[in-house]
Amino acid sequence: MSDKSAVIKRLPSLGLLLLFIFFVPASFFGQHEEEVHLMTGEEHQKVEEEEFKAGEMIIEHITDAYEWHLITVGDHHYSIYLPVILYDEGAWHVFMSSKFHHEHDNYKGYFISKNDMNAGKIVKLDSDGNEIRPTLDISFTKNVLAIFMVMILMIAVFVSIAKSYQKRRDHAPKGLQSFMEPLILFIRDDVAKASIGEKRYEKYVPFLLTIFFFILFNNLLGIVPFFPGGANITGNIGVTGVLAVFTFIITTVSGNKNYWTHIINAPGVPWWLKIPVPLMPIVEIMGVFTKPFVLMVRLFANISAGHIIILGFISLIFIFGKMSLGLGYGVSVVSVGFSIFMDFLELLVAFIQAYVFTLLSALYFGMATEETHH
Amino acid sequence: MSLINPGFGLVIWMTIAFLVVLFVLKKYAWKPIMNALKEREDSIEEALRAADRAKEEMKEMKLDNEKLLREAKDERDAILREARKVKDKIIEEAKEQAGKEASNIVESAKERIENEKKAALTEIKNTIAVYSIKISEKVLREELKDKKKQEEYIQRLLKETSLN
Repeated sequence: MSDKSAVIKRLPSLGLLLLFIFFVPASFFGQHEEEVHLMTGEEHQKVEEEEFKAGEMIIEHITDAYEWHLITVGDHHYSIYLPVILYDEGAWHVFMSSKFHHEHDNYKGYFISKNDMNAGKIVKLDSDGNEIRPTLDISFTKNVLAIFMVMILMIAVFVSIAKSYQKRRDHAPKGLQSFMEPLILFIRDDVAKASIGEKRYEKYVPFLLTIFFFILFNNLLGIVPFFPGGANITGNIGVTGVLAVFTFIITTVSGNKNYWTHIINAPGVPWWLKIPVPLMPIVEIMGVFTKPFVLMVRLFANISAGHIIILGFISLIFIFGKMSLGLGYGVSVVSVGFSIFMDFLELLVAFIQAYVFTLLSALYFGMATEETHH
Repeated sequence: MSLINPGFGLVIWMTIAFLVVLFVLKKYAWKPIMNALKEREDSIEEALRAADRAKEEMKEMKLDNEKLLREAKDERDAILREARKVKDKIIEEAKEQAGKEASNIVESAKERIENEKKAALTEIKNTIAVYSIKISEKVLREELKDKKKQEEYIQRLLKETSLN
């Protein structure tokens, strides 16, 4: 009996190990690809401006784009061009991003900004020569495509798992099912049940599972540097913001009387903290908003930082290579070594951040639905 | 800092995509998976409980068996004891019977011998009496051959008789 439970407890770590083994070759290969890609990119840039700007390159790689750059062979870029959808001055403008010719041309006055705040986004010049954004830019960008691909992947994976659950009723899990089951059980038992409580957790499990696997899949795909990975979704503040807003909405909607009482008139707090200056209520109300804000920033910052560090290491090769070819080769060994190390760290971070986001969301739901225990 | 400038379009698309996936997965994945997991857990729980029950029953059955065995043993012992007693009794009776029979036989033999003896003695007596009579007849005949002697004898006999 004790042996059996020990095996069951060991299962999640076994799954984790498997994931490491599974993804290591991919990220290894990816590293190599990245190098090739950067080298050709660098050559391309050398022709143009004879300069390699690491900062620009990094930002370009971790922000959204209107095309999905696949590879550059010689002077030729291969990209997936995506539709640009703009609403500006009372009219819709829909065209393919190929019209920009890799960010070099403008089309109907619209072009891709290279300036600080709007870098990488479509802008146009106003009468004073300032860059302004169109009224509405709902272009189907690289990140949108990546999100849709991940969503389709998630639906495919989990619907098929659900089918195998139905097919193999009351039997031990098998294949993909047994790979995902520890994670699903972990979210259900150790996150939802533990944070929200035995009685009310069931309602929140679908949302928690969805955000956990959405973040996890995107984090893992974000480490793979070539198509269909490489889009920095969970390192995009818009995406993490949407997830945080969902958590905020669910928390607020499911907040019971006890929750609001604690915010507006927290019991057990000295009266002079509430009257005449409502210090505690102000802090508590701020807390309601800072919680999802912190959720948004934490995920965004963690994932982006990891990508920036890896890209930084890779950039070092070209910065030193510019000084002398030999130095470039010498540094490449160290850089690639560090990048591999970072990739492993990123794998860990991928799981940790998905877990943390889900756990904190669950804790907020738990706080919102907690019954009085005074 | 375009990094912290969220694209509005992306936010819209993300919201739509996330809602769609949330509802699709909720309906077609999480619900059946959760139900199946719960069902399986219940069935495992049930199986474990059944195993426990079976164990308990087994224990009881074992106890019952032992009790039955013990009873059977006791019964067997009792039967054996009984049988032994019966056997002893039969032997005893047989012995007694045999003794009695033997003594009967001896008795009857003795009786017969006695009878035979008596018969023989009687016969001997009879024979002796016959011979005595014959001898006495002959003696008397010899004695009473003359008249005088006869009368003398009668006289004596009478005398003796009257005396009586």
